[in-house]
Amino acid sequence: MQIDHDALVVGAGGAGLFAALELAKSGVSTGVLTKLYPTRSHTGAAQGGVCAALGNVEEDHWEWHMFDTVKGGDYLVDQDAAEVLAREAVECIIDLEHMGLPFNRTPDGKIDQRRFGGHTRNFGEGPVRRACFAADRTGHMILQTLYQNCIKAGVRFYDEYHVVDLLFEGGDGGDGGRAAGVVGYRIADGELHTFRAKAVLLATGGNGRMFRITSNAHSLTGDGMALVYRHGIPLEDMEFYQFHPTGLYRLGILLSEAARGEGGTLLNRDGERFMSRYAPKLMELAPRDMVSRAIYLEIRDGRGAGPDGDYVYLDVHHLGRQVIEEKLPDITDFARVYLGVEPLKEPVPIVPTAHYAMGGIPTDLRARVVRDERNAVVDGLFAAGEAACVSVHGANRLGTNSLVDLLVFGRRAGREMAAYCRVAEMPAVAADAPAPVRAELDDLRGRPRGESPAVLRTELQATMMANVGVFRTGEMIATAVRDVASLKERYERVRVEDRGSVFNTDLLEARELGYLLDGAEAMAHSALARTESRGAHSREDFPERDDAHWLAHTLAYRGEPGPTLRYKPVTVTRFEPKPRTY
Amino acid sequence: MQVDLRILRFDPQRDPAPHWERYTVEADPMDRVLTLLHVVKEEQDGSLTFRRSCGHGVCGSDAMLINNRNRLACKIRVDQLGTKITVAPLTGLPVVKDLVVDMEGFFAKYRSVLPFFVNDSPPPPRERIQSPAARARYDDTTKCILCAACTTACPSFWARPSYVGPAAIVNAHRFVFDDRDEAGEERLELLADGDGVWRCRTVFNCVDACPRGINITRAILEVSRAAVERSA
Ligand SMILES: Cc1cc2nc3c(=O)[nH]c(=O)nc-3n(C[C@H](O)[C@H](O)[C@H](O)COP(=O)(O)OP(=O)(O)OC[C@H]3O[C@@H](n4cnc5c(N)ncnc54)[C@H](O)[C@@H]3O)c2cc1C
Ligand code: FES
Repeated sequence: MQIDHDALVVGAGGAGLFAALELAKSGVSTGVLTKLYPTRSHTGAAQGGVCAALGNVEEDHWEWHMFDTVKGGDYLVDQDAAEVLAREAVECIIDLEHMGLPFNRTPDGKIDQRRFGGHTRNFGEGPVRRACFAADRTGHMILQTLYQNCIKAGVRFYDEYHVVDLLFEGGDGGDGGRAAGVVGYRIADGELHTFRAKAVLLATGGNGRMFRITSNAHSLTGDGMALVYRHGIPLEDMEFYQFHPTGLYRLGILLSEAARGEGGTLLNRDGERFMSRYAPKLMELAPRDMVSRAIYLEIRDGRGAGPDGDYVYLDVHHLGRQVIEEKLPDITDFARVYLGVEPLKEPVPIVPTAHYAMGGIPTDLRARVVRDERNAVVDGLFAAGEAACVSVHGANRLGTNSLVDLLVFGRRAGREMAAYCRVAEMPAVAADAPAPVRAELDDLRGRPRGESPAVLRTELQATMMANVGVFRTGEMIATAVRDVASLKERYERVRVEDRGSVFNTDLLEARELGYLLDGAEAMAHSALARTESRGAHSREDFPERDDAHWLAHTLAYRGEPGPTLRYKPVTVTRFEPKPRTY
Repeated sequence: MQVDLRILRFDPQRDPAPHWERYTVEADPMDRVLTLLHVVKEEQDGSLTFRRSCGHGVCGSDAMLINNRNRLACKIRVDQLGTKITVAPLTGLPVVKDLVVDMEGFFAKYRSVLPFFVNDSPPPPRERIQSPAARARYDDTTKCILCAACTTACPSFWARPSYVGPAAIVNAHRFVFDDRDEAGEERLELLADGDGVWRCRTVFNCVDACPRGINITRAILEVSRAAVERSA
């Protein structure tokens, strides 16, 4: 079956929904395809807050927010993008409030704000209250509010449609073709549908599931990233992957930075606030890459807690019952439910957890996908949210800046797509556009014997965690490169047990494993080539940042046997790169 | 420890009717039921089908009937259940396959109560002002994750499938008691209908089932009271 819309949005997290809302407001015929019901998207898991220089509780300016973003990203941030982010954050928050979002309030009824890592006053003097929040359910409220407004605006949703391919007209995506639609697999019955459109947005989120310990949902497998990669479009800065300092021990479930923003402390086995040795000014509120490295070093130097000395503590008990129950209720509940620990009384065992992809599908300020170092635009193709790399996060994202990114660039994507749809013609698609992907799926489902995808996934997660994690060396990354290559080869022979067409999650999980492998390949190769340390990419064999050679974005193009790497310059406007101390 | 896990299986392409299958799974007392389902799927039967995403109780994907109560599989631990565990799909919604039910009817009811903010007066240049007390008034019902555990635990819903059910009323409550919203009247009118709030028999099953700890029965009573006051 073929379905036509002017615009398609793939993914119904914060980025996709904001774009859909803008498109609906412009009267453009829009379809939203999502493999999960929209309210199941991982934006709903975001806890701590969303930054905007409202200045509601103390002086603040968007320029300070921009500076923090650039410095937090270790100067790999494109500064024109950071400027857009910091300026438009303010409008977006007000927009959301007008849509009904229930932010926490100050005594005089304004949106309340709290501290968050790396956000400072006056270009680094000390922490500033910039994060707007709704208890520790900020993402939940953003997702709900945007979904509610989409219902109000009559947006057409295709829930539980798994997008399995992208369609182009006049050549492949990497060869100057323009977007023409997508192929959607209806999970309920396994039918493949052709969705034709002038403009397509990829807002498919991150790919944290390639790591063993992660805060990411099972569904975060980097589908959008892998699909563009397969069509010849590069992935940008994939070596920069953020490990959040405070995941629940063994599980990786996130305890928001808000816990530290409200005054929570990090302690080693001796009860020492060890951050005083790593970031004396910002302490626990230093950027995430620094805090995660500090935790690793404490553990490695024998100051970890527990029988195996393999975790440290997050302590909030001194904040008192009222703060904990009013401002951090959910994460307190996580500690109780998942570790059986009572945060009102005892410190919580934590470890760094794989959290956020700074890299992704390269885009320009108008959320258009670009395919080379000269920013050649792929007509009709847009990307936003964690799947995209614009790049506002550079080498390390600051807390709360992802939600800001979704809102600012999701909204921009919607507006740009509406404008594009007004001038573009409807593209043509082949009569049987799903044929290539149908053959792939039939092959995957039809093999009489073979390895289980679950075994391969576990091996992938183990090697990525061990070798492309918080600390890396050339040797470690080379191991991961080899492991991923051999897993890709074995992947060609995996076997799916479920042969049915109704709700076949066995088949889809196998398909998603393929996406994870593509993302891991781009990540490992990009990391191996970058012989410096910057932000989240920390090479023990190259411990210094090297602006002379590496103030550049990586572009990884799919190739055989491995990807081809190219580089593009970083946009520097206001802030010259400086050493990063806190 | 070993868990004796029984799962109500149904594949419409293979089975004439739902049937119980039994699995023995090696587990840690702190494991969640979702972990056990993953172990079965990965090691014993890849065709076992269930929804899940976040894995920590915030997305609402994996509500199911676990030891005869509605729970999120990712939030209930083995040590809370014992070594004999039964898992079945939610009651009262059509089963698609194994533990997956058709949610369309549930979401249609949700959409029917105007579950969105309405305020058509021109907004101020900055945020609308709302006092912390006014914000707290509807805090409880903002927590809903639309998992359907409450509605499918409700005897009134089982008896009368057209009843909008607790989840929809919770989502109406969230707006009825928001002092910035202007569509309270309209929502109350919708809910005063024959399939609305009056169907609640205060059995409290919903409160018991809610993984977010929302006091649903109280929310329903508050909406009923507001509906009475309005018509009085
Ligand atoms: C636990 C946690 C806490 C966080 N807290 C914060 C915070 O406090 N502040 C902050 O700024 N950031 C936070 N983040 C990061 C932030 O939440 C995410 O980066 C962000 O929500 C991603 O949003 P998104 O719209 O890009 O994608 P998501 O919300 O992940 O949505 C992805 C969408 O794509 C769809 N999709 C994916 N693949 C396909 C496919 N093949 N076909 C069809 N649909 C598909 C999914 O169904 C889903 O709708 C947190 C992240 C986590 C994990
Ligand atoms: S998997 Fe998200 S609520 Fe259980």
